[in-house]
Amino acid sequence: MSIDWPHFTPWAALAGGLLIGLASLLLLFGTGRIAGIAGIVGAACNAMLGDRQMRSGQAVRWAFIAGLALSPWLWSLFGTPPVGTPDVGLGGLLLAGLLVGFGVRLGNGCTSGHGICGLSRLSLRSLVNVLCFMGAGFVTVALLRHAF
Amino acid sequence: MGALFALIAGVVFGCGLLLSGMADPLKVKGFLDLLGPWNPTLALVMGGALAVGLVGFRLAAGRRTAWSGEPMQLPPPGPVDGRLALGGVIFGVGWGIAGYCPGPAIVAAGSGSMAALAFVAAMVAGMLLHDRVFAAPRRPAPTALAPQADV
Repeated sequence: MSIDWPHFTPWAALAGGLLIGLASLLLLFGTGRIAGIAGIVGAACNAMLGDRQMRSGQAVRWAFIAGLALSPWLWSLFGTPPVGTPDVGLGGLLLAGLLVGFGVRLGNGCTSGHGICGLSRLSLRSLVNVLCFMGAGFVTVALLRHAF
Repeated sequence: MGALFALIAGVVFGCGLLLSGMADPLKVKGFLDLLGPWNPTLALVMGGALAVGLVGFRLAAGRRTAWSGEPMQLPPPGPVDGRLALGGVIFGVGWGIAGYCPGPAIVAAGSGSMAALAFVAAMVAGMLLHDRVFAAPRRPAPTALAPQADV
C-alpha cells in the first residue's frame, strides 16, 4: 500500500474532527439528541409528510439541517468552501443517493450517528454497522477503480 | 432554545466537515481506495471526533434533561441483526460510488453543488422508499410503530 501524501492533510483532519465532535456534543447537551444525520433528515421528511409520531422536534431537526447547509456560506466569507466535485455522472449520483438513503434508514444510522456518536457510546450495534459500511465502501471503490 | 443550539451545532458540524476535507467526495474515495495511493485523512477525522465524543458521551451519561429542558433521547440498546448489517452494506456501496455520505452531501449541496443536490434528492427518496414503502407501518397496529431513534 502506498500513501497519497500530497492529499493527506492530518492537522486539518484532526482539527475538523474535533469540531465535528464538539458539534455532536452541543446537540447532545443542548437538545438531548444524537447528531445522526440520517435519523434527523429521515424524521424531518417523514414528519413533513404527515407522520404524527415524528412531529415533535421538527424545529430542532430543521435548524440542524439548516446549520449544515449554511456552513459553506459562513466559510465563503473567508475563502472558497472545499467541496470538490464527484467523479461519477448524474446516473451514478442518483443510484448512490438512493442506496445511501435506503441503507442508512435500514441500518438506522450513518457515518455520524453510528460512526461518531455510536462508537463514542461504545455501542456494539454501531461498531457492526461501521464495519459493514466501511467494508462495503472499500470493496466498491476497489471494484470501480481497479476491476473494470 | 433547542433550535438555536441545533442551528449552531449544524454550522459547527458543517465547518468541521469542510475543514477536514470530508465535504470533498474525492478525498473520501481516496480513503476508501485501499489499492490506489491511499489517503488516510478520514481516519484522523474519525479519531479527532471520537476523542471528543468518548469523553463527552461519558459526561452526558447521567443527565436526564438537556439544556433546552427536553429529555435526553439516547437510542435504546437494540439487537445486532441482519437489518443493521445489510443497511450498512447498502449504505457503503452508495458511499463508495459517489464519495458522499449524508452530512457532507448536505454541506456540499448548501454550497450550491448541483451534483450534491442531485445526490441529496435521491438520498431523501431512498429514505422515504425505506420508511414508507419497505418498512411502512401497518395500520391499525400502532404498537408495531416502534419510535425510531434519531441516529
